[in-house]
Amino acid sequence: MNPIIKKQLDAQPKRWFYQLGIALIFVCLMAWSSSTVQLDARAGSGLSIAGNIIRGIFHPDAELLFNFTRSGVAYLLLETVCIAYLGTIVGAVLAIPLSFISASNIVPRPVALIGRTLIMAIRTIPPFVYGLMFIRVTGPGPFAGLLTMSMSSIGMVSKMYIEYIEDLDIRILESLDACGCSTFEKIRCGIIPQLIPDFISTIIYRFDMNLRDATVLGLVGAGGIGAPLIFAMSSYRWSEVGAILTGLIVLILVIEFFSTKVRVKLARG
Amino acid sequence: MSAYDKVFKPRRITLPSGKSILEKRSRMPLILLGVLALTALSVRITGFSFGPLLSRGNQFFVILRQMYPPNMKYLSSIWVPLFDTIKMSLLGSAVGSLLAVPFAVIAASNMIKSRLVLTLTRLFLSVVRTLPTLVTALIATYIFGLGTLAGTLSIAIFTFAYIGKQLYEQIETVDMGAFEAMEAMGGTRFSSFWVAVAPQVLPAYLSTCLFCLEGNVRYAAILGYVGAGGLGMILNEKIGWRDYPSVGMILIVLFATVVVIEALSHYIRSKLT
Repeated sequence: MNPIIKKQLDAQPKRWFYQLGIALIFVCLMAWSSSTVQLDARAGSGLSIAGNIIRGIFHPDAELLFNFTRSGVAYLLLETVCIAYLGTIVGAVLAIPLSFISASNIVPRPVALIGRTLIMAIRTIPPFVYGLMFIRVTGPGPFAGLLTMSMSSIGMVSKMYIEYIEDLDIRILESLDACGCSTFEKIRCGIIPQLIPDFISTIIYRFDMNLRDATVLGLVGAGGIGAPLIFAMSSYRWSEVGAILTGLIVLILVIEFFSTKVRVKLARG
Repeated sequence: MSAYDKVFKPRRITLPSGKSILEKRSRMPLILLGVLALTALSVRITGFSFGPLLSRGNQFFVILRQMYPPNMKYLSSIWVPLFDTIKMSLLGSAVGSLLAVPFAVIAASNMIKSRLVLTLTRLFLSVVRTLPTLVTALIATYIFGLGTLAGTLSIAIFTFAYIGKQLYEQIETVDMGAFEAMEAMGGTRFSSFWVAVAPQVLPAYLSTCLFCLEGNVRYAAILGYVGAGGLGMILNEKIGWRDYPSVGMILIVLFATVVVIEALSHYIRSKLT
């Protein structure tokens, strides 16, 4: 080998001890966590069940899929989109004050810490628990789903907002100050143009996720396509599951395509 | 000139030099109109109104109030499902993120030149990503029986699709100079990838995996609802019995776990980058 290359190779820091340690920790963790997985005795019959499920899903119930009444896939999807859309907007609006009181460059540190703990607590409660709480308020239906969706969006959305607020370029505000701008003008020309593209990008991303998570709402009967999907699955009507899943997957792919386009445009200006 | 500019004529500005330029009118009214129309439609379909929120809003806190004080005695029977949840998400994340690597390499346009392979792999990743986690978990419980295996599997599937997409985007943005140099030296494609591309994407890949793990702990807690093991199972049971003090205890434990795991992963991620 070329002596120069050999010298460079030898100069490389020796980190095998460190790497071995990490590998050992990883293997131990995996061994520990695989102790929880045990194969059931049903594994043998599982194959035939899987075969039935797959056959059903790939032969979707065309009648349900192309049914345009209120119980058809099309209307259910529209309802799901509406729940996700309004839920995201409500959540995004609620997240704005929460994230401003948790940004450490706006409020003192202890206040920011309290705000962050609150956001984390909101994020920890699983969506179906929120669903149960909201059903007490509004009764079962899409409205409860909407409120649940907005509560479960707050966590992630405000976490992203906080990062953008903490990245605000203060020098722009200083130069506006030097020009003699009023507080309102500073907010209008100094803060809003910096935050809006990132905020909208976050909201669109969350809308995508909410559409995906819409099935969770079905668990508590809070409207949308989730409940029919879960019912069809628990009564083994796989061709109905196939129809609903086909609709859902096509919808999510289409919306994801457009939202990615918008977000790329927002990021590049 | 698009149709919009024909209706709303661009504004003409004359510069001091005498040259005149056109400023296109803002697209804002059009976007605003669309957003408002969608909002109106959504309000109609979902039945959104402030009336019940104002008059019955306090009902929201009824369950929360019943959760306090949490049932401390229940703590001893939470540990096993809690560790089941953590194990499920650890194993699921690890399996999913390892499985994602070969697919991500095949989906990266700077590694594979065939358009057909690229499109097919990306479509596959996208479709798997749209499968709701609950649906995969429920199907898995039918095939493998109730228990943690179903949950682990559905977490692995979700992680696989998510990491696959993130990783192929990271591979596409690497500096290809080193890879080309290795190939010019006579390395095979695999060894060049291993030596020149892998070190560039490794920190970002590990950080995405940890980020995914954080989310998966939360997801794992929901999965129990369909019988896929872990905290969700006892949560569902206690909610069914309206034993809200125990539900409060479970939520506190879940909160503490999520805080610890996020702090750990945040620390490791800050070391990685």
